[in-house]
Amino acid sequence: MTALLVNILLPLILAPLLPGIINRTKAVMAGRKGQPLFQLYYDLWKLLRKGAVYSRTTSWVFRAGPMVALAAVLTALVIVPLGGSSAPLHFAGDLILLAYLMGLARFFIVLAALDTGSAFEGMGASREVTFAALAEPAFLLGLAALAKLTGSLSLTDILGGLTWQIWSFGAPELAMVAAAVLIVFLTENSRIPVDDPNTHLELTMIHEVMVLDHSGPDFAFILYGSAMKMWILGAILVQIVLPGTGAVSPAHLGVSLAGMIGLAVLVGMVESVMARLRMVRVPQLLLTACAFSVLAIILVLRRS
Amino acid sequence: MFDMDGLLSLKNAQAVPSGDVPRMDIEKFRESIICSVEAGVRLSALFGHPTGDDRLMLLAVLADDRAGELFVCSTVVGRSYDSLTPDCPQAHLFEREIAEQWDIEPKGHPWLKPIRFQASSRPQQQQANSKTPLRVPQQQQQQDADRMSATHCGVADFFRVEGEEIHEVAVGPVHAGVIEPGHFRFQCHGENVLHLEISLGYQHRGVERAMIGGPTARSIHYMETLAGDTTIGHATAYCQLLEALSGCGVSARVQVLRGVALELERVANHVGDLGALAGDVGFLPTASYCGRIRGDVLNLTALLCGSRFGRGLVRPGGVGFNVNASRVEEMRSRLSVIAKDSAMSANLLWETPSVQARFEGTGQIGSALAEQIGLVGPAARASGLERDVRHHHPYGIYRFAHIPLATWDSGDVFARAYLRWLETQRSLAFIDEQLRSLPEDTVMVEVGKLTGNRIAVSMVEGWRGEICHVSMTDDQGRLSRYKVTDPSFHNWFGLACAMRNQPISDFPLCNKSFNLSYCGHDL
Repeated sequence: MTALLVNILLPLILAPLLPGIINRTKAVMAGRKGQPLFQLYYDLWKLLRKGAVYSRTTSWVFRAGPMVALAAVLTALVIVPLGGSSAPLHFAGDLILLAYLMGLARFFIVLAALDTGSAFEGMGASREVTFAALAEPAFLLGLAALAKLTGSLSLTDILGGLTWQIWSFGAPELAMVAAAVLIVFLTENSRIPVDDPNTHLELTMIHEVMVLDHSGPDFAFILYGSAMKMWILGAILVQIVLPGTGAVSPAHLGVSLAGMIGLAVLVGMVESVMARLRMVRVPQLLLTACAFSVLAIILVLRRS
Repeated sequence: MFDMDGLLSLKNAQAVPSGDVPRMDIEKFRESIICSVEAGVRLSALFGHPTGDDRLMLLAVLADDRAGELFVCSTVVGRSYDSLTPDCPQAHLFEREIAEQWDIEPKGHPWLKPIRFQASSRPQQQQANSKTPLRVPQQQQQQDADRMSATHCGVADFFRVEGEEIHEVAVGPVHAGVIEPGHFRFQCHGENVLHLEISLGYQHRGVERAMIGGPTARSIHYMETLAGDTTIGHATAYCQLLEALSGCGVSARVQVLRGVALELERVANHVGDLGALAGDVGFLPTASYCGRIRGDVLNLTALLCGSRFGRGLVRPGGVGFNVNASRVEEMRSRLSVIAKDSAMSANLLWETPSVQARFEGTGQIGSALAEQIGLVGPAARASGLERDVRHHHPYGIYRFAHIPLATWDSGDVFARAYLRWLETQRSLAFIDEQLRSLPEDTVMVEVGKLTGNRIAVSMVEGWRGEICHVSMTDDQGRLSRYKVTDPSFHNWFGLACAMRNQPISDFPLCNKSFNLSYCGHDL
């Protein structure tokens, strides 16, 4: 019951808070007051009460996109643990399922974008897929290194099994995996230095430009799905960096939640002090992430 | 060096009898322009003026920066003439404008299509000539068979690149931000831009036409709103023109106040642009600070005249508002704060590697290309060209107080950004110096009736570059032709060139580094 509460209810409620914290951090750094912390909640509530506008050139794919994407991300939520507790659903190899669920969500968002036939959305889709093709290996290889290190193929066991003892001898590979996952986190959530979520310039957008044509509840699904995706990837990153003792405890849950807030603040700080990369440089960043993951695997294999 | 004999030489803001303008035959006219442009003289304006019969007078204003002189020559053409553009690319847009306004054909023009999509000023000609030389789609030619109605803005054939994996991206005229309308057509290969064609005209208001028969009480307001962010620049050019045509001189105090206002306009826009450039690469600190500092500078202009954009300040014969000593002190103390704040904010840009990585090498324009297409203002100076009206054709206060000319030679986004910062510093120093020694004098003199049959050219270095106003009076002393060339008119083509072989995702950054005016182009 507690696991259900912690792993399902908490993210469902708290996920939209993360973008709010990022925006507030950026506002404070820039000397502005900034939008309310709960702005995304207000936006979701507003969008859900609106009607959606559909272009005549689109088909059912366009309407299915946001729903399938949200459904996939929500399913992924069930297999990702938080705070040392075990996820409601866990089995050997569920980390592969996680990667595929993320891939499914992306696939349908991309299909919906292509379905509009707009040059902008096609451009965004092509960028998203190009960068995903490099981000996914970095993520999967990073998880593989962790799986080898903890001797398990289930996310619950991997993240639950990561303890300070493992950090004490496997710090190099864990640090490299954490760096790789951080880069993947920034890429997948379209944050600076990869993408600029606040820009109004369609030609420079990656993720935002793909969802330009969605409106009303569809757009709410997209926004909520994005927030959830940020939560899931963030939870994995936080649990790598802040491992527990191996036992479930409220303290560990608190540390994890604080870690999530800290991560959002960190993202806000990164966005406040650096510019975006030129788009042709993004693959280099992602290849760096891949290199970190591969190195981590090599180190882990040498150790065993 | 081409011999400029045979062309009428005059100074900036000097009126001469229009009968003195040499009228050449078209071959001599072409040769004069082509040879002098090859020798480094710039084509500042080229426009048509009806002669009364079925023919059209073409008038060219050439600016020789080295000699600090302007040259004027004219010719008379019938329904067509041999285009200048193949030999003188600077004439490209001017000739398209002439073809559109007067329905004549510059033969051999490489890309003849409307620039503002307006019906010609000679409707009676159009009915006779149903086959327009302008490049509009066949279908529309039939729709507008009589061409009495205006063509539809932006509907035209665009340059296309054919081939596998080539795709076309159309941006605008409705944009995501609160900006002016313009249509951009990219021919891309993947993320790479092979060609960009810019199609404007959505903001055409017919200002030049409305000036004919003037000046009226409305004229100054038209001039102030030619390009809203260049209120002082255009209003100064207009007032200089009227003052030249009526033979009145303004006081030293007026010249200083106009100069201060012009530099304030420059500082406000340059600082705002630095912030916007930072915003476009997602660099938050400078974007936030510069946005605020721009407001502070605009408020200084408001201290002068009550309007943040300088409306109502520059008036024919003087300035609309005087300042007292306490206000000058207030301005100077605020200026020193602005100088400090803007230095802190701008230097962040040059010290942050991630910003420099975006600016350097993006949207490069070499000095040879810049010279060929006739760039003006900061865009030209960032490509290493020494072009500054304040320096080469001094007017008003700039005849007595000089601002050092700033140039940079890399021609990329960094150069255009850094040049803005250099100019900002120099303008701030200039404003402070001028305010310190503000001469006491009257701020308004009566502008008499304009002298008849005169022509005058007035140039001002606005913050975007050379603003050129040319006017002619009829025998009654009324304006018979008023021609405005906004710096954007010269520079839009530069933006298109800068995008060649650039990633399309860098377009907004390049665009912002030029920051050109849509309504100044569309008039």
